[in-house]
Amino acid sequence: MKPAAFDYIVADSIDAAVKALAAANGEAKLIAGGQSLVPMLNFRLLRPAILVDINRIPGLAFVEETTDAIHVGALTRHHRLETSPVIAEHLPVLAEAMRHVAHLAIRNRGTIGGSLSHGDPAAELPMLALLLDATLDIASPSGRRTVAAKDFFLGALTVDLAGDEMLTRIVFPRLPPSTGWGFAEVARRSGDFALAAVAATVSVADGVIKQARIAVTGVDETAKRADEAEALLAGQALTSERVDAAIAAVRAGVTPATDLHASSDYRRHLVGVLAGRALTAAWARARGDGA
Amino acid sequence: MSARAIRLTVNGVAHECTVEPRLLLSDFLRQTLGLTGTHVGCEHGVCGACTIMLDGDSVRSCLLFAVQADGAQVETVEGLGAIGRLNALQEAFHTHHALQCGFCTPGMLITASDLIKKYPLLSDDDIREGLSGNLCRCTGYEHIVRAIRAVAGKEDAP
Repeated sequence: MKPAAFDYIVADSIDAAVKALAAANGEAKLIAGGQSLVPMLNFRLLRPAILVDINRIPGLAFVEETTDAIHVGALTRHHRLETSPVIAEHLPVLAEAMRHVAHLAIRNRGTIGGSLSHGDPAAELPMLALLLDATLDIASPSGRRTVAAKDFFLGALTVDLAGDEMLTRIVFPRLPPSTGWGFAEVARRSGDFALAAVAATVSVADGVIKQARIAVTGVDETAKRADEAEALLAGQALTSERVDAAIAAVRAGVTPATDLHASSDYRRHLVGVLAGRALTAAWARARGDGA
Repeated sequence: MSARAIRLTVNGVAHECTVEPRLLLSDFLRQTLGLTGTHVGCEHGVCGACTIMLDGDSVRSCLLFAVQADGAQVETVEGLGAIGRLNALQEAFHTHHALQCGFCTPGMLITASDLIKKYPLLSDDDIREGLSGNLCRCTGYEHIVRAIRAVAGKEDAP
């Protein structure tokens, strides 16, 4: 339970970090909060030759409002998102989700950029980035690019980041007017990874759903959106029949794994139940009869 | 791999040491500094026994390298109090029988200190939720919850 030896570089800028990655030819890993990486190092599941520490890069931890979006720096710790008044006001579904991310000591250290770059298939933040149609700013020695969250998560622990690239900022568009949200998760113990979790937003106009967004985690290779369920809801009022149809579509759209914690069938059942709860809560909030 | 010089303050005492990058902060505290109050259980961030304060925030010392603590203020259980001058939380653990074997206690004390600082802990459920990242195999947690309740103040309605 001790990591293999490595060399350690402290990066003082984004450019220094990505140049160090490029110079190491795939033998280096970035370390931010380290809350997923260090267990893998301690187990020697990973043996990078070099760790590039980005914790001391100035200006990489922030939550900022613009007219149309909330910008979050990649090094922003989970506890800051959990307690940010800006997030609570503008992205309350994200604030709620943060309460389910691990434990205080992990949230004090873990970062949003680290969680998204790690891409755990049962983590909350990839689901929230998908739900909220976030875009991700990525730096490399050759320049900058932006990728949509929906194109970023490629598979279990696999994301669209090259060996010399680093996630620097997450941009969450503001929620449309008359939007409610819901979040539902079941984990074996508080703070554990989700057996299944669902986050939803429902935007209402003229008494019907203008747009529903549903994202799930823990039930497939990556977090994902439930596109077919969303399509079933557009233009409709949320009747119990519509909820049932959406639940069936969510269940049909996932391929959960069986492991020690739960069977595939159980996870599929569960994600439907949670989707029903999240949608119902989102609808009630959008119509102003929740809070 | 090249060792690095670090400076940090642990429980108010300044230290200058040379460490290998792979040395975990938990092992640095226990083996280099001899501060064995910080316990090491799982070494992958699950059990909470090694929880310490880093610049005022509770963190797992098994998920940090000592080199990363360069320049930091660290507080361990040894910094909370000592026999004969326990702090209020330690007194409450004593009074409410919140420990048996004591293995989890350093992590429980540090975690509880941070919970009390950061959350209103209005209900015992909030305390239980806050302790969910710290494993205890002796007490069944009930007495730990009572001890923290005694310091955090407000009681649940009877």
